[in-house]
Amino acid sequence: MLTAIITMCIMAGVFGLILGYIAVRFYIEGDPVVDKIDSLLPQTQCGQCGYPGCRPYAEAITRGEAEINQCPPGGGATIAALADLLGVDSKPLNPENGIEEDIKTVVIIDEDICIGCTLCIQACPVDAILGAAKQMHTVITDECTGCNLCIPPCPVECIYIVPVKEELATWKCPSPEQPMIRLDSIMASKEK
Amino acid sequence: MTDSQYKLWSFHGGLHLPGHKKMSTGQPIGKYFIPERLILPLQQNIGEPSEPIVSEGEYVLKGQLIARANGYISAPLHAPTSGTVSEITEQLIPHPSGLAATCIIIKSDGLDKWVQLSPHASYENMDPSALRNRIRDAGIVGLGGAGFPSFIKLNPGSRTSIDELVINAAECEPYITCDDMLMREHADEIIQGTLIMQHALHARQCLIGVEDDKPEALKVMSDAVKRLGHGQIKILAIPTLYPTGGEKQIIKVLTGKEAPSQGLPLDTGTVCHNVGTAAAVYQAVIHGRPLVSRIITLTGQGIKTPGNHEVLIGTPVNEFIEHNGGYHNRIGKLIMGGPMMGISLASDLVPVIKTTNCLLGQTQQEATDNNTVMPCIRCGACMDACPVNLLPQQLYWYAFARDMDKIQDYNLFDCIECGCCCYVCPSNIPLVQYYRFAKTEIWAQEREKKKSDRARNRHEFRLERLEKQKKERGERLRKKKAALNKSKSTDKKDNDKQQAIAAALTRVREKQKQHSVISKNTDNLTADQKKKIEDADKRRQQNNNEKVPSEEDSDS
Repeated sequence: MLTAIITMCIMAGVFGLILGYIAVRFYIEGDPVVDKIDSLLPQTQCGQCGYPGCRPYAEAITRGEAEINQCPPGGGATIAALADLLGVDSKPLNPENGIEEDIKTVVIIDEDICIGCTLCIQACPVDAILGAAKQMHTVITDECTGCNLCIPPCPVECIYIVPVKEELATWKCPSPEQPMIRLDSIMASKEK
Repeated sequence: MTDSQYKLWSFHGGLHLPGHKKMSTGQPIGKYFIPERLILPLQQNIGEPSEPIVSEGEYVLKGQLIARANGYISAPLHAPTSGTVSEITEQLIPHPSGLAATCIIIKSDGLDKWVQLSPHASYENMDPSALRNRIRDAGIVGLGGAGFPSFIKLNPGSRTSIDELVINAAECEPYITCDDMLMREHADEIIQGTLIMQHALHARQCLIGVEDDKPEALKVMSDAVKRLGHGQIKILAIPTLYPTGGEKQIIKVLTGKEAPSQGLPLDTGTVCHNVGTAAAVYQAVIHGRPLVSRIITLTGQGIKTPGNHEVLIGTPVNEFIEHNGGYHNRIGKLIMGGPMMGISLASDLVPVIKTTNCLLGQTQQEATDNNTVMPCIRCGACMDACPVNLLPQQLYWYAFARDMDKIQDYNLFDCIECGCCCYVCPSNIPLVQYYRFAKTEIWAQEREKKKSDRARNRHEFRLERLEKQKKERGERLRKKKAALNKSKSTDKKDNDKQQAIAAALTRVREKQKQHSVISKNTDNLTADQKKKIEDADKRRQQNNNEKVPSEEDSDS
């Protein structure tokens, strides 16, 4: 009886030590779920979800404060991916956050009008606007995420939204039109 | 020397299609004509588009370099005839997207004057890498249709030699006869080009596969091999079956080797080139001529006089067809390439490019046949026809459901888009279009992923930078405050000091007063001296009294 208790105690102690060591040795900084959610988000950092960037939104989802349908740039594909990851039901995009745009856009600055106030530079979440005080500003279109956050601060309204130009390298073959012909419609035409 | 003893293999699936080849083999290859305007897209090959090195208004000679290769997987571009570069601008190009791309436009002068060429009588003593450079500089790309820069496929890579060089003369797609006619008329060039490629690759064996529906070409080629082949080339008649002309398919038929999934034939020690490419290599290496023209089949029910013609790269399709008999009234659809894998052209203003092997005019009836799409009945006919052992039906369902992960598990990227599955589909489902859609969608998603990763990094860097700036500003503010406090405290000290100084001064003054009262040097003076001092004091007193009024006078 005593041997059994002592054995159990020793075993518990040994396993406790092992677990303690593992907890220290393989400690994971941060929440891996946040990283996973963040990697699915489109990283426009546009704030349409109501959070100041994609990562804060990912953190809010993890905390259960935000729904998965608040990201208009990601749209249906992102919602489906999030639902898949988190094991919840997919739902349509919340219209309060915005609507999903079909066309990818970027912004350009009309350099003739720009007064060099640097307000847009401060607004850009990805540092895609180049310029200095009282100097012309310009957008690095390759880096622009199309978040449009630079437009409201501009005092002279010289920032325009333009669709991304379709090139051979980025061309997408369109999906064939809905190929299904309803069987009953065929039958109906035959009967005639 | 058609080797009847040689063992041939076969691949899964494939189709016996009506050839329609007799239509365009009745006449010899027509000579090229010089159109007024040539349109040369910078992108005529797989890989990076070339980079123009001429400017608008410049006069160029036939064969002169006008755009250089941009990167390793790229091919240079040469002027197809002499003339003036009139524009470098966006023009419609033959591409399934119907998009415009940058083109160099040359206004021809009709003289067709060649640039100074550097012929090379023999290749035997040329270094393989020098040969490859010569082929690269001639702008040669795979002329079978894919347009991959040929010099890359003439590099055995890490291997010291390769086992088999396969020359693809199958030409399995219906209607197309340009390789057939090339073999009939230029067999010697093909054989010599093949020998050059064999030399560049150190290939142990060289096999030319010709489908058995081309007896004339087979005969001419066999004769040429006998004369020039030095016993190193085997020419083999292979059964006519679509798509034997696919690179991996013809390699399988001739050697029994199968390239690994998503791998290259080179991985199994085999390299495959088209007959047209072999002839172009001969022209480039021996005569120094860059690739400026090619042979095209103009055929179909919608064309008045079908045939094969040599044509300058960049010739507008409408002028080419007009010059060679024109359209028939019943024309409904124009396809670049064959009926199975070609792309239908939205406009005939596009130019002929290096990879254009055929222009097929279909009638209205052919174009609208089998247009009614019906639901998939899961018959499995597509699976039996697939030459790469895929499951087309599964791929279709996953593409339909937009499940881009699952579709890759079913090896979508091994699909060669041959169109066999579409052809046999009793429901007329445009399967290949689904696969193309899925492929481009996956590529787009990968690009998006890369872009969003970069955006995330940039955003995180920005946050870090803002944090750092905030910290630095805080630090500066703190320092400033500290400096201010310090200066205040030093003021207090100064006050103390000044008070001390003032105190010291008063002390000194008092001392001086005392000193003036008791001036030490007046002690022990003689009477005479004392009197002198008194006199002097009196005089000073008098002077002072006189001075005061005089000063007042001068002021007034």
